[in-house]
Amino acid sequence: MSQRYDLAQGSTRELNSWLHHYNGTGESAAWQVVNPNGAHNLAVGLDAPITVDIEGHVGYYCAGMNKYAQVTVHGNAGPGVAENMMSGLVRITGSASQYAGATAHGGLLVIEGDASSRCGISMKGVDIVVHGSIGHMSAFMAQSGRLVVCGDAGEALGDSLYEARLYVRGNVAGLGADCVEKPMKDKHKLELEKLLCEAGITGADAGEFRRFGSARKLYNFNVDNADAY
Amino acid sequence: MPTKRRRKHDNDKQELRSRLRESATFPRSVIAEIQRAARTGIYDIRGFGAKRHVPTFDDLLFLGASMSRYPLEGYRERCDTNVTLGTRYAKKPIELKIPVTVAGMSFGALSAPAKEALGRGATIAGTSTTTGDGGMTPEEREHSKILVYQLLPSRYGMNPDDLRRADAIEVVVGQGAKPGGGGMLLGQKISPRVAAMRDLPAGIDQRSACRHPDWTGPDDLKIKIEELREITNWEKPIYIKIGAARTYYDTALAVKAGADVVVLDGMQGGTAATQDVFIEHVGIPTLPALRQAVEALQDLDMHRKVQLIVSGGIRTGADVAKALAMGADAVSIGVAALIALGDNGPEFEDDYNRLDSSAGYYDDWHEGRDPAGISTQDDELAARFDPVLGGRRLANYLRVLTLEAQTLARANGKSHVHNLEPEDLVALTIEAAAMAKVPLAGTDWIPGHGKF
Ligand SMILES: Cc1cc2nc3c(=O)[nH]c(=O)nc-3n(C[C@H](O)[C@H](O)[C@H](O)COP(=O)(O)O)c2cc1C
Repeated sequence: MSQRYDLAQGSTRELNSWLHHYNGTGESAAWQVVNPNGAHNLAVGLDAPITVDIEGHVGYYCAGMNKYAQVTVHGNAGPGVAENMMSGLVRITGSASQYAGATAHGGLLVIEGDASSRCGISMKGVDIVVHGSIGHMSAFMAQSGRLVVCGDAGEALGDSLYEARLYVRGNVAGLGADCVEKPMKDKHKLELEKLLCEAGITGADAGEFRRFGSARKLYNFNVDNADAY
Repeated sequence: MPTKRRRKHDNDKQELRSRLRESATFPRSVIAEIQRAARTGIYDIRGFGAKRHVPTFDDLLFLGASMSRYPLEGYRERCDTNVTLGTRYAKKPIELKIPVTVAGMSFGALSAPAKEALGRGATIAGTSTTTGDGGMTPEEREHSKILVYQLLPSRYGMNPDDLRRADAIEVVVGQGAKPGGGGMLLGQKISPRVAAMRDLPAGIDQRSACRHPDWTGPDDLKIKIEELREITNWEKPIYIKIGAARTYYDTALAVKAGADVVVLDGMQGGTAATQDVFIEHVGIPTLPALRQAVEALQDLDMHRKVQLIVSGGIRTGADVAKALAMGADAVSIGVAALIALGDNGPEFEDDYNRLDSSAGYYDDWHEGRDPAGISTQDDELAARFDPVLGGRRLANYLRVLTLEAQTLARANGKSHVHNLEPEDLVALTIEAAAMAKVPLAGTDWIPGHGKF
């Protein structure tokens, strides 16, 4: 049976300390959080394979730095959801604001709606799957990991990115510096199918996606590239 | 040539030479830089801090004791030096024995043994050291009793375990050497270990971000800081580090964003790798910045409640004492700590010469070829450096800084270095008087405040 926490009666501090009791124990448990009302910093710093279901909208940095836990937001998420996540699964049934999954090192972030600008900024190994579209400057300086977008991508996708792989099904408004389209090989289709499946997204055929990555022209400073900086 | 003619020839030559007149606009260093730029097509990148002259603590003097002020007996009467940081919100404030901390310098810029030595030295001296733009290494955690963990725009190696392992957290908004600039680490120094810690391909020229990825202004930062506090159970002091720019307002905004401690880095502050033009031309010197930060804290009634650490060109116990007298709670050192470890040591003169440099001038820390084995990722060079000896030397230096600061505090009759005050100071130059807001020596004149 899951434990229930009502934020209308309690506080973020109390909720997080409850959830932190499991940290490092490896214990699993299930929590349901009601009346989040857009509160910031809910379920941050979790470090155990627990599940947390938040019934409603959340503010900034929900599930920040998550390890192992499965956090589901049944609503929309504010800026920086799952920022710097290390592992685990964060799912947003609605849409997410700016910097979703920023700098995250691992785990899977699923956004069932749209994501705003700078989705996956400086991502460092996380997988992000967005069912809808993403805003401008997404995957800026993305270092590693994979970003999958079933809808469209805004301006300057993947600007100055490193080794992250980007898959987009819809339109790309524009590519950022050093980001180029790359051939979709069988191994890419395979990894994409797996990601879509893990994210629980059906009805999107891996064959319809295009792949983008780094041209690696800005990896070492070269005077002749000065215009690109 | 017959002797007579030769002598005349030599005399003519000498006369010609002494008539050579260097241009003030185009001195030889400027000419050399134009030639270098024309040859390479890229700006000059280097380590160290600003080399130009700016008003500094050297332009201030202590008055000392006199008829109306009692001094304390040197060696016999106590002059305490302890500092507590993070009393505003943190459950576990930091307790330092001395008012000097070791500033954040990245693993990547510095070798792992050099980072270890900084931890060892700081620990022996009873103070803290700080990680940097590259994450926390196990070596430095192990050897640092008090370790401050930096949260930088790049977030290289950032993870919640290290956050919880840290004793304090420092959100880096800016650095004095380059307010508004991101980190830089050139390919030679991106070794496999450094690359893995930063999730980057080895050997690339890394230019890290200058803006944080998940907040944009003080209102966001307030929420970000709450997140860090939530993750670490409100235990750890949270510092905000700013480069000296619009310091009065930046300090006020740092307080508003919820800082326990403000770290202020003046323009002379060191760097591992930055464009020379950035180092020399952006930001304001430590002296006026410190005064502005103290004024902001006082205006908010937060002086001594939010602690202030100041850095940027601190070299001597006199610098330490003057910074404290102007209202800082502690100072922090970067370049001086590296020199104490052995950087620019005369014993490496031949090696420096081979790099077209000389002991006392070497600043190409970005190249990773440091003969002293400190600013390198080359295993052979790094092996030249002994972290135990380096740690000892740093501890010795920190003790000297403290002893010197105590000497000056006692001379001014103070039983704690924090009791030093602006009253104890005068300025030697009009510039320093205006910037530090202390009177020009022998007058009661502070430019902008009353008549000469
Ligand atoms: C080699 C080196 C590396 C540095 N790396 C960082 C860094 O990673 N993060 C940071 O905030 N500041 C960094 N700094 C700046 C120092 O933290 C500090 O602000 C500065 O060195 C203080 O001025 P000082 O060198 O005159 O004492 C670095 C400085 C040096 C010399």
